[in-house]
Amino acid sequence: MVQKINSQQILTDAKNSAIERLEHDSIRVLICAGTGCVAGGSLEVAAAIQTATAGDMKTQVSFIEDGCEGIAVKTSGCHGFCAMGPLVRIEPLGLLYCKVTVEDVPEIVEKTIKKGETIERLAYRHPSTDEIYPVEHEIPFYKNQTRIGLMNCGIIDPEDLGEYLAHDGYQALAKVLGMNSQEVVDQIKAAGLRGRGGGGFSTGQKWQFALNEDREQKYVICNGDEGDPGAFMDRSIMEGDPHKVIEGLMIAGYATGANAGYLYVRAEYPLAVKRLRKAIKDAEEAGLLGENILGTDFSFKALIKEGAGAFVCGEETALMASIEGERGMPKPKPPFPAQKGLWGCPTTINNVETLANVPNIILKGVEWFRSLGTDKSPGTKTFAITGDVANTGLIEVPMGLTLREILFDIGGGIRNNKEFKAVQIGGPSGGCLTPEHLDMPLDFDSLAKVGAMIGSGGLVVMDNETCIVEVARFFMEFTQNESCGKCVLCREGTKRMLEILQRIVDGEGEMKDIDNLLDIAYAVKDGSLCGLGKTAPNPVLTTLKYFYDEYVAHIQDKKCPAGICEALKGYSINADKCKGCSKCARVCPVGAITGEIKKPYKLDQDKCIKCGACVSACPFNAVEVG
Amino acid sequence: MAVAISASQRKFERVNEIIQKHNGKKSALIAILQEIQEEYRYLPEEILTYVATAMDLSPATVFGVATFYAQFSLEPKGKYIIKVCDGTACHVRGSGPLYKSIRKKVGLQDGKFTTEDMNFTVETVSCLGACGLAPVVTINEKVYGQMTPEGIEIIIEKLMGKEDNQ
Amino acid sequence: MNQIIINNHSYELNGEENLLKIIRKAGIELPTFCYHSELSVYGACRMCLVEVEGQGIVAACSTAPRPGMKIKTHTGRLQHIRRMALELLLANHNRECTTCERSGSCKLQDLAERFGIRDIRFGHRDQMLPVDESSTSLVRDPNKCILCGDCVRMCREVQGIGVLDFANRGSNVVVTPAFNKPLAEVDCVNCGQCAAICPTGALVVKSERPDVWKALQDDTKTVIVQIAPAVRVAIGEEFGGKPGDIELGKLAAALRRLGFSKIFDTSFAADLTVMEETREFLDRLQNNDNLPQFTSCCPAWVKYAEQYQAELLDNLSSCKSPQQMFGSVAKEFYAKEMNIKPEDLIVVSLMPCSAKKFEARREEFAHAGVRDVDYVLTTQEIARMIKEAGIIFSELEIESLDMPFGFTTGAGVIFGATGGVAEAALRAAYELVTNKTLEDVNFKIVRGMEGIKEASVDLNGTTVKIAVVHGLGNVKALLKKIRNGEVQYDLVEVMACPGGCVGGAGQPFPNDTEARKERAKGIYRADRMLQLHKSQESPVINNFYKEHLEKLTHQELHQLLHTDYGNRRRIASGEITLTGNGVEELSVSVCVGTCCYLGGSYDLLQNLMQKVEADPSLAEKVKIQATFCFENCKGSPSLKIGDEIFSKMGVEDTEKILEMIRSRVGS
Ligand SMILES: Cc1cc2nc3c(=O)[nH]c(=O)nc-3n(C[C@H](O)[C@H](O)[C@H](O)COP(=O)(O)O)c2cc1C
Ligand code: SF4
Ligand code: SF4
Ligand code: SF4
Ligand code: SF4
Ligand code: SF4
Ligand code: SF4
Ligand code: SF4
Ligand code: SF4
Ligand code: FES
Ligand code: FES
Ligand code: FES
Ligand code: FES
Repeated sequence: MVQKINSQQILTDAKNSAIERLEHDSIRVLICAGTGCVAGGSLEVAAAIQTATAGDMKTQVSFIEDGCEGIAVKTSGCHGFCAMGPLVRIEPLGLLYCKVTVEDVPEIVEKTIKKGETIERLAYRHPSTDEIYPVEHEIPFYKNQTRIGLMNCGIIDPEDLGEYLAHDGYQALAKVLGMNSQEVVDQIKAAGLRGRGGGGFSTGQKWQFALNEDREQKYVICNGDEGDPGAFMDRSIMEGDPHKVIEGLMIAGYATGANAGYLYVRAEYPLAVKRLRKAIKDAEEAGLLGENILGTDFSFKALIKEGAGAFVCGEETALMASIEGERGMPKPKPPFPAQKGLWGCPTTINNVETLANVPNIILKGVEWFRSLGTDKSPGTKTFAITGDVANTGLIEVPMGLTLREILFDIGGGIRNNKEFKAVQIGGPSGGCLTPEHLDMPLDFDSLAKVGAMIGSGGLVVMDNETCIVEVARFFMEFTQNESCGKCVLCREGTKRMLEILQRIVDGEGEMKDIDNLLDIAYAVKDGSLCGLGKTAPNPVLTTLKYFYDEYVAHIQDKKCPAGICEALKGYSINADKCKGCSKCARVCPVGAITGEIKKPYKLDQDKCIKCGACVSACPFNAVEVG
Repeated sequence: MAVAISASQRKFERVNEIIQKHNGKKSALIAILQEIQEEYRYLPEEILTYVATAMDLSPATVFGVATFYAQFSLEPKGKYIIKVCDGTACHVRGSGPLYKSIRKKVGLQDGKFTTEDMNFTVETVSCLGACGLAPVVTINEKVYGQMTPEGIEIIIEKLMGKEDNQ
Repeated sequence: MNQIIINNHSYELNGEENLLKIIRKAGIELPTFCYHSELSVYGACRMCLVEVEGQGIVAACSTAPRPGMKIKTHTGRLQHIRRMALELLLANHNRECTTCERSGSCKLQDLAERFGIRDIRFGHRDQMLPVDESSTSLVRDPNKCILCGDCVRMCREVQGIGVLDFANRGSNVVVTPAFNKPLAEVDCVNCGQCAAICPTGALVVKSERPDVWKALQDDTKTVIVQIAPAVRVAIGEEFGGKPGDIELGKLAAALRRLGFSKIFDTSFAADLTVMEETREFLDRLQNNDNLPQFTSCCPAWVKYAEQYQAELLDNLSSCKSPQQMFGSVAKEFYAKEMNIKPEDLIVVSLMPCSAKKFEARREEFAHAGVRDVDYVLTTQEIARMIKEAGIIFSELEIESLDMPFGFTTGAGVIFGATGGVAEAALRAAYELVTNKTLEDVNFKIVRGMEGIKEASVDLNGTTVKIAVVHGLGNVKALLKKIRNGEVQYDLVEVMACPGGCVGGAGQPFPNDTEARKERAKGIYRADRMLQLHKSQESPVINNFYKEHLEKLTHQELHQLLHTDYGNRRRIASGEITLTGNGVEELSVSVCVGTCCYLGGSYDLLQNLMQKVEADPSLAEKVKIQATFCFENCKGSPSLKIGDEIFSKMGVEDTEKILEMIRSRVGS
């Protein structure tokens, strides 16, 4: 039977004994068990290290002067550096090994664990400078970050409540229980915390609305649907620090007067579900969830609801419909969830990252929080940087950093030293930013001004080999597939916009398509029922604004400048393969091919109508497409 | 060895257990369907009708829910379920060509997602949250990151080889 | 200050629950597809959008008015959205107005006209879905559906059934019965309320006009017609009249001109029903047997009961509905009297109802392949036939109906409104039990549009408790209460349509609560205008009993005027066939449930498929199916050959299995 933590004192004791237990382990080996690293085989690595360090290993450790007391081999959540995974972190040395395989394990044990030596081969090597960074926090990727939401990710074992307690876990809850609800709401308001789920709405304000409702039953919901393709911060937090999310949810519950909370997690995150389930169970067993928490009147129940694969269920009314067991179709607002939410009761809904910020604000104070980020957007924001960038991964930085700092200082620049073309921020509902925005600060308001939005913080980087029209088409396809199909403008409008975009990338566009596209886009933006439809035209509108020429190239010149669109790829004759037989020239209906017998022929792309006759005619496969 | 037992009407015992576990609550419909799909690998029509009756819902409503969420399948799937992530990160890193080459490799006809021999089901999914490893493919829950058309072909060949050896 | 400003004019708020109501009161006809006051707010069509100062664009149907709000209803942005919504809807619409059943009463057509949409830039519907004509009562054309969800909410919220729902998402969304099945194969009770509310031609009542025209033009047939009570108070609406106008006389004149040889009144049969049903009720009351007695004249309710309330079937009155009583009587006696073979006597009903089409086709109501009622036309259909024939309805002189079956009492007429059947029965029961004359025939307590009405009537010391319920959703709720013992009744009148038959799906558009109320008023006015108000006073009925019915044996009488009910399956289903075309003699199923999958059933399945396909003698006789769990998981992998389940069948057993298959198909 676990000891019930039913008072502030016992919580402090539990924290101290957890710290003691952690300190007992002179060496801690943390193997990342996030989805990415697991895919790379990190669990096998963990097992191998476990086996290798079992028995009397600690007597063989020579580099710790006053003798090694214990070796802990633990799995952690995602470090955000998934592209380098599987990652192994070794404390107290602070080393981070990348791309570790089972074969590397004996060497790690012999050299690092026993002797404290660094294995340079496994350390992070900067792709352009070739410099080696063995220590985690010195890697440029981490060095420029400020981690609040991600604070414990990769550092603690998410399945061990003790480790969370040792890192001030549930202290904020304890503190809050000594205040009244209004005081808590006031703190969050004063901190200026804004929702990290996309809208950037003031969290304190939202809590106030729910608190104002005089109703017996209220709910809080943690939105872990994270549908934005290309973002995975919520996944990392739920997997890497599940108790933090639960604590945040409980504080929201206490502040708004709710005694039950749902964690809605998307279907694609089974590991997050597993971790959260374990965390809830552990917290319940410890008495941190349930009746009369920490000896107060506050009771709280946390429940998990798994999504089933629908982006639109990230929208709050759809999410609630889904919790109620229905099709996830949004409902008109008003009434707002704060008035009439889950089963008609006042409901507060917050994003995972928003909630993960709450305990820190409570513990460290409003001043501290406001010292980070900008005036209107205080605090930090996590970004998932993916696509054509050197260091793909998950980062957390103060609000207001510029795109340049993020992409180049932390992200390590564009992959393979190609040219930066654009970054899509905020996923399918966001917009694209271009080189001209590199020095713009990333915060809620600056982004809104240029027609983009921070969204959940997905940054998909595109180099100059990406076709922007194709990307716009891709997003439209996404929204069309994910539209719930309820309201006319979104359902039919995205369908027709997709059709037009498809036509353009297929080389069948006409100039009037652009006007039609804009015509539909504005109606869909203004007239749709929910955020999905209202933002669906954003990618089209921003790309049309910044890359108008590229659209025109597709439509008028029938060219795809990035060379991506299949239908617009040009034909050419590979001079190395061409034997000069003239067969192609003879079949070409427009005389686009000329040359002299026995010498490589030439194809005039301007004349070519892409009929493909030459391709089939050439006996040497010398006519190439692309 | 085979023992013949007479085929009685299905009693939907497992389904009943699942429904009972959730107290037949309407709000648990999605969870119930998820568990049923885990049990049967898809959602057979009879079972959905049964679930509707047992939970006092209209079959059309249950059908509506089952067809709304991407996770649910109303048709049996192949032995290997290959999911190609087509989230943004994976898309810009080439998930499109990857998907095409997989379909070609397993010999899928246009408009079909499961091979005739019920061996492979190929589908796209939206972001798996492993974008750092884009493009990502999963085969029966195992995640493969940074995949290339060549790489996945080798994996599929291995799976096919396993088939032929039997 | 309780004012709201609409387009710069100020209006007084008066407790309107949404902006739409106050805007309409202000004389602005905001377009809507998905708002109906009797249904929940859906907010999908986006036609009702308005701009609210400081709040931006909101849907008027789902926004509550606040004093001081400043609203604009047709700014450039709003008109752009509305036009675009219409254009997008039309682009995805099978635009064939000239041949569409709803042309002329279609909201989409009307708005396209109002907005002058002349150019549709976004092409045509790319995928034509099959039109569902399986139902006897309705035709569902998904290619004309604008997904407003009105039918879905009507069937779920008002009728409590939920036959239709949305499926899929994005542009693949459709409104459909479960598993995309045809309507005839699911639990639809044919009430047609979905069609009554559908703004377009996506759901319409099935037409039998061509059949009736053909019969009328066939010299070998004698075509007679019966007119249901609710038709007379609605037919005028089709010719410029108001709901509730009684136009029986003109209708009779028109029908004669169309070529019907006799014009009769269903109300005559209703009088007969009252007599039979009241006697049955008094019998049951005396023996305390199968109470409460439910009325059975609404075929939608009967089908509903057969599907969902099997345990209540004995409580249904065994009486046929007036339509079917009329049919039996006509084919049994009238045909004989006129010396016509039953198959040459064509009985046509004019009904407010779509379910009556289903009822007329029920097996029980045919003898030797000859239906008692041959065709059922709705009010809308007959109006169309009159127009088709060029008859100018408004200029017709009124004519009377034919005797004897054209004679009716008021009791037979009030059947057309909710409460009417109960009231008619009370008028009879009171006199039959007490032997006293009922002075005030008006049992107003059972009239009106309230969903569930209750009354207690003293019959010679016995208090009889009556409930009147209309709208199947209300029925469902009431039945629950009855089952739980919360309430107790002796007689329950059930009508599937809100308002009763005056609101049937065959009535003219608009068929809303307002129109239904007016038609009901018309029904009671018709009652007042008649000389007799009690069925038992009808000389025709009394004569009919004397001359015919009293000569029949109990058995024969039952045959003629009564019927039985049976349990009905709600939905049909099947398995997935991988090989073969379904005509094979032996089916072999391999379980692909999780246990069997783990046990290697897929390998077995493939192996079998290959082997069977490769052997032509087997291929044509055997079909192979994949199926879900046989509930034989302990014995997985499981295999079913014919009716037998075999356990632990691995790939290695393939040969043995093939042997078994061969021995069973004898090849
Ligand atoms: C189509 C759509 C998808 C959304 N997806 C998410 C999501 O995946 N995660 C999330 O936290 N919020 C999402 N949101 C925003 C939520 O509706 C809601 O505003 C948010 O969860 C509120 O939390 P916050 O105030 O903490 O940001 C989405 C909104 C829309 C319109
Ligand atoms: S905007 Fe799109 S997703 Fe939102 S309710 Fe309308 S159709 Fe559904
Ligand atoms: S593709 Fe056709 S038009 Fe172009 S060069 Fe070849 S043959 Fe000539
Ligand atoms: S057919 Fe081929 S080899 Fe011959 S000239 Fe043309 S490109 Fe060269
Ligand atoms: S439904 Fe309306 S718009 Fe469509 S074809 Fe029929 S009448 Fe025309
Ligand atoms: S309205 Fe126009 S389209 Fe319709 S029938 Fe007349 S001419 Fe033809
Ligand atoms: S006819 Fe009645 S039961 Fe059938 S779908 Fe329409 S509303 Fe539902
Ligand atoms: S069938 Fe008619 S009522 Fe039903 S959704 Fe379609 S258009 Fe609306
Ligand atoms: S209430 Fe009348 S109109 Fe409606 S289904 Fe029943 S019989 Fe038909
Ligand atoms: S999963 Fe290991 S770093 Fe992200
Ligand atoms: S986009 Fe493929 S895993 Fe996120
Ligand atoms: S009537 Fe308001 S959205 Fe349809
Ligand atoms: S899974 Fe095959 S019998 Fe249950």
